[in-house]
Amino acid sequence: MTHYILRRLGYSLVSLLLLSLTIFLFVRVTGDPTTLLVEPGAPQADVDAIRQRFGLDQPIWVQYWTFLASLLTGDFGNSFYYRTPVLDLYLSRLPNSLLLALAAMAFSLLIGIPSGILAAVRVGGFWDSAGKTFSLLGLSLPSFWVGLVLILIFSVSLGWLPSSGSGTVWHLLMPAFALGWYFAAAHMRLTRSSMLEVLGSEYIKLARLKGLPEPRVIAKHAFKNALIPVLTLAGINLVIMINVAVVVETVFAWPGIGRLLYEGITFRDFPVVQAVVLLGGAMIVLVNLLIDILYALIDPRIRLER
Amino acid sequence: MAIETPVVELSPRFSFRLDDFPLLPTLILTGIALVALFAGALAPHDPEVGSLAARFRPPAWQAGGSLEHLLGTDHLGRDVLSRLIFGARVSVVVGFTAVVVAGATGTLLGIISGYLGGWVDQVIMRITDTWLALPALTFAIFLTAIVGPSEMNIVIILAAVYWTRYARVIRGEVLSLKEREFVRLAVVAGCSKWSIMHRHILPNVLNSAIVLGTLMLGVVIVTEAALSFLGVGVPPPKPAWGLMLADGKKGMMVGYWWLTVLPGLCIMLMVLSANLLGDWLRVKLDPQLRQL
Repeated sequence: MTHYILRRLGYSLVSLLLLSLTIFLFVRVTGDPTTLLVEPGAPQADVDAIRQRFGLDQPIWVQYWTFLASLLTGDFGNSFYYRTPVLDLYLSRLPNSLLLALAAMAFSLLIGIPSGILAAVRVGGFWDSAGKTFSLLGLSLPSFWVGLVLILIFSVSLGWLPSSGSGTVWHLLMPAFALGWYFAAAHMRLTRSSMLEVLGSEYIKLARLKGLPEPRVIAKHAFKNALIPVLTLAGINLVIMINVAVVVETVFAWPGIGRLLYEGITFRDFPVVQAVVLLGGAMIVLVNLLIDILYALIDPRIRLER
Repeated sequence: MAIETPVVELSPRFSFRLDDFPLLPTLILTGIALVALFAGALAPHDPEVGSLAARFRPPAWQAGGSLEHLLGTDHLGRDVLSRLIFGARVSVVVGFTAVVVAGATGTLLGIISGYLGGWVDQVIMRITDTWLALPALTFAIFLTAIVGPSEMNIVIILAAVYWTRYARVIRGEVLSLKEREFVRLAVVAGCSKWSIMHRHILPNVLNSAIVLGTLMLGVVIVTEAALSFLGVGVPPPKPAWGLMLADGKKGMMVGYWWLTVLPGLCIMLMVLSANLLGDWLRVKLDPQLRQL
């Protein structure tokens, strides 16, 4: 067990290193990084200071080491626009992103799980094809367009909901729906296939043979077991939601990390863009590690593999 | 007495059944491709030039609309229909090129990684895993921040972001193909590694690559639209659907719905068609990918 966890930990460390190396190389290889890391029109002294700080006259591995060392101490540079450390900015926006992601997740599970179960129980029937249509639409409608159409309907025509900003529950509804829409379809698909698999298993046949009423078989025996993969996916998706909300947050002017990234590109604030992509990747590597460890704790077969 | 009709047995070569062929999505995709090809002849106006005197004209069927601008005009008085028609060209060109470049790169690296194994496999797969961990849209935005937006750069960036999805799947298939008789026989017969990869492995993974490519088309088009919407995609005044949505936001709060709804409908139509076709191809061509 310890061996397994240590090995997974090692893999994750390698991933994180490669992640920083990838970002570092992209910035260095594609031209003079000072043009990205120094504000346009900055005095020569600033340019020299940056060159000095990152040791841009040094060999490339020394530069990478400097870069890595500053990342490890939490130094992601200063924002050109806000003039504060990028990490502080990031952390101040994180709660908003988390709130939006949680709301979107709640919505996507509320829609995805019941409709997935219904489709699996009535496989081939009306609800199944309705579910299929829904999941196809969910996967095909771009979230930002859903957001814009929601604004047109609920803010412009009906005047029920505020079109942008944050602060109240009413501000949260439309962005959460627009963001959760795609994931609701994904969760529905997985619930359906997971339910179908469980419903075909031996112990469900046994439960039916025992003469248990069908609703009880589905609710008590099938549902619980079918839920495990769905919740795993939901865990990963929560982290993904935080990182893909750029467009939805831009549409609704929601002050999260996505909006920070958008400001970063509009104001040509490169340190912000770099930090958002680095931290996003790191977050996903870590959540994958966490899920692998949890799975190993639950399921001994995984531990013994290889 | 009914005469029994003889059953005509088609040879297995021709048993590719077309019963549930998604005709409508295919027609829509072909239609969009034709519109993109003949945009110059079809568009009634210049998509990049408008007259400020004719700003925010509603579609023809609404009060104040005219037949001259069937689908209305935008904030610079440009004809929406013409912009949608030329926007199809951007989506088709960027979408198809990016899918093909990403597919070629990913398939090539997947085959090399799976067939050669050893340290080559380790290196390629570690890079693949790392790039897969980066959120696609954020990664793409980061790359545009470095190289700057242009149509050409968008294609390269989309390919750089999405080749990993092919590499992963293709490598898995190669690992099982490698153990099959015909590949082993080729090894015994003394074929070189490269000729085995080229003549025996590649033809057998093409089906999967095509299925993945069709499914990726939708993803790539949405990503391109998102990048353009955020202002780091296709640079204005070129008409891209995502860019039109961003412009449409300006007139949205006063109820100029056509600027928001119409480009989005075009994106949806194209992505939906690609997904439907991809789903069908997946079931028909590649039973292994059904689980995806």
